Amino acid sequence: MLKARGVTRKFGGLVAVNNVDFEIPRGSISAIIGPNGAGKTTFFNVIAGIYAPTAGTIELDGKKLISPPTGAGREPILLVLPTIPFIALAIYFLMAVGGDTGLVEGVASVAVALLGFVSALLLNIVRPAWYNRFIKRIGVTRPARPNDMVAAGLARTFQNIRLYKSLTTLENILVGMHVHLRGTLLGALFKTRQVREEEAAAEQRARELLSFVDLAGMENELASNLPYGKQRLLEIARAIASRPKLLLLDEPAAGMNPKETEEMTALIRRIRDDLGITILLIEHDMRVVMGISDHITVLDHGEKIAEGLPKEIRNNPKVIEAYLGRGAAAGH
Amino acid sequence: MTRIADAVTGPFAPVRAFFRRHRSLGIFVGVALLSIALPLLTRVPPFDGIQSTNAWVNAFTTAAIYAMLAMGLNVVIGFAGLLDLGYAAFFALGGYTYALAASPFSGIHLPFWPMLLAGGIVGAIFGVLLGAPTLRLRGDYLAIVTLGFGEIVPITLMNADKFTDGVNGIGGIDKPSIPGILQFTLINPWPMYGLVLVLFTLVMIMIYRLEDSRLGRTWDAIREDELAAESSGVNTVIAKLQAFAVGASIAGIVGVVNAAKITIVTPDQFRFAVSISALAAVVLGGMGNTIGVATGAFIIYLFQSILLKQLNTLVENFNIPVLNQIDFLEFQYVLYGIVLVLMMLKRPQGIFPARRRMREFAPLKIGKGGLK
Repeated sequence: MLKARGVTRKFGGLVAVNNVDFEIPRGSISAIIGPNGAGKTTFFNVIAGIYAPTAGTIELDGKKLISPPTGAGREPILLVLPTIPFIALAIYFLMAVGGDTGLVEGVASVAVALLGFVSALLLNIVRPAWYNRFIKRIGVTRPARPNDMVAAGLARTFQNIRLYKSLTTLENILVGMHVHLRGTLLGALFKTRQVREEEAAAEQRARELLSFVDLAGMENELASNLPYGKQRLLEIARAIASRPKLLLLDEPAAGMNPKETEEMTALIRRIRDDLGITILLIEHDMRVVMGISDHITVLDHGEKIAEGLPKEIRNNPKVIEAYLGRGAAAGH
Repeated sequence: MTRIADAVTGPFAPVRAFFRRHRSLGIFVGVALLSIALPLLTRVPPFDGIQSTNAWVNAFTTAAIYAMLAMGLNVVIGFAGLLDLGYAAFFALGGYTYALAASPFSGIHLPFWPMLLAGGIVGAIFGVLLGAPTLRLRGDYLAIVTLGFGEIVPITLMNADKFTDGVNGIGGIDKPSIPGILQFTLINPWPMYGLVLVLFTLVMIMIYRLEDSRLGRTWDAIREDELAAESSGVNTVIAKLQAFAVGASIAGIVGVVNAAKITIVTPDQFRFAVSISALAAVVLGGMGNTIGVATGAFIIYLFQSILLKQLNTLVENFNIPVLNQIDFLEFQYVLYGIVLVLMMLKRPQGIFPARRRMREFAPLKIGKGGLK
């Protein structure tokens, strides 16, 4: 499902993630563990498209989505080249008019040149698929942005919860459903039937999602007014609202009491079993990790030091050393 | 649809519930009632003593134009959270678009009505042009860039003598007309009053619809947390450009109307003070609340153009020494400053806060299903 090959990310001289190969089978629950500062969250951010990798590629469902950016030097050409014919047209027009240029001709030629520039600019910003294919041919690649990854079927939560605090829980979920809604600016202005029906259906589905994570009846509650544990649940609900194939959870059980942790574990299982979403999580709580993971990968100092089944990891001397230090591993 | 479903109570509960469901109709009825009530009000003392009804109607028209500007700026600042200090530039571009298309200066006389649309399109194009390079900027940096843009446009207009007649501006702009039925004139303020109020209603309805749409939610999300919005699949680049384009196209349309109303455009009409007055209206009314912002613009405009003038005549009549040397009309900039400072200190969410802003500034409240 997800394949990472040789992923490296440097911040200046610091190598946060170093040459990590990583694979998640479809329908599994996988975990990344490691001591603080091991590069887990950086790795997550690379997968989610927030940081571009320094080296390496990420594939989702067989599609190569992320690789280091190339050809950045050629990007200005992309803006200038398409503008040239328009400017040429404007100049030709002015020459054809000849002599003393009148007001109308002047304004018209400026408008034509400007139009060329604006369309080149818009293409470069919006980047439709055919444009991306075209620029790839001349050697310009840009890694997928976070929103591209969501469209490709990846959703995530954050270590420090990032909800839209002054929106209601229902609105939070509706934002999460963004990629599956088609409403456009004009559709909203004229409130077309399609838009109205889509909005009604979206609201219905948002309510279902809220009851899926046990937040039914809190539709109109502000996200910031929810207690901590429920904010975590809401963030997960917002992530699965985009109907992902792969869900990244960054420390879902952090700061929770044992009962809440148990509920969270059950919820993660239900997301996999009932919704068929593959799950990758970072977690420090070993009871959670050992309890639900099919597969564990251990990072330390940005490098992968071990991977395997939970029971293999538990007894792996390298892992124990990374967590407890050399002495403890020797004593074992 | 996604609005908070507060229980509707009070004596007019059924009426209010009806208009909550049919908001566009509600806005229409509200503006219609107000547009009849305001001129009637100017016939009763003390308002009838201040100026003639025609002058009042003219003042209301200008106030409504400012209110539309403020509502457009509110899309950029209040909804998407992008601080735009150069908003008057789009107003200017709309005005000059119509001036070039319908005045003796250019020798072209295109009809007024399609130019409304053209003003909107010109505004949107320049909105995108300004938005594109500033997409990665936030807060104060964005404010500085937009401030620069707001200065560049009038200065360009001032120096492009050949196209704009420089500081003199373009005069004698055509008044709108409905052929065979109605010719707008400078003497009769009523047709323009009607036109501006119709536009005002349309703009308000459209902004409310946008606010409640998928796009409006996107703007909310970007304002609240841009990284989270991206991770929810929102293309923040396009959403921000749309905010700029919508705001700028409203200013462009209003610019066309304004040019047709006063029949002259000069670069000096579009200086920084205009951007600031729109901003002051947004802050006073309450960022993010469309009706509040429009009310804020009315208050500020009427205050500066009526009350300050009244102060002048009052001081003159009583012949108070020193004070009668002062022209209080010059104090409008002081007024903006006082409004901005006082509001930020005492009531940052505005007089009529948007529901969302109200929540942001309210002390943490424990809801019915909240903390246990």
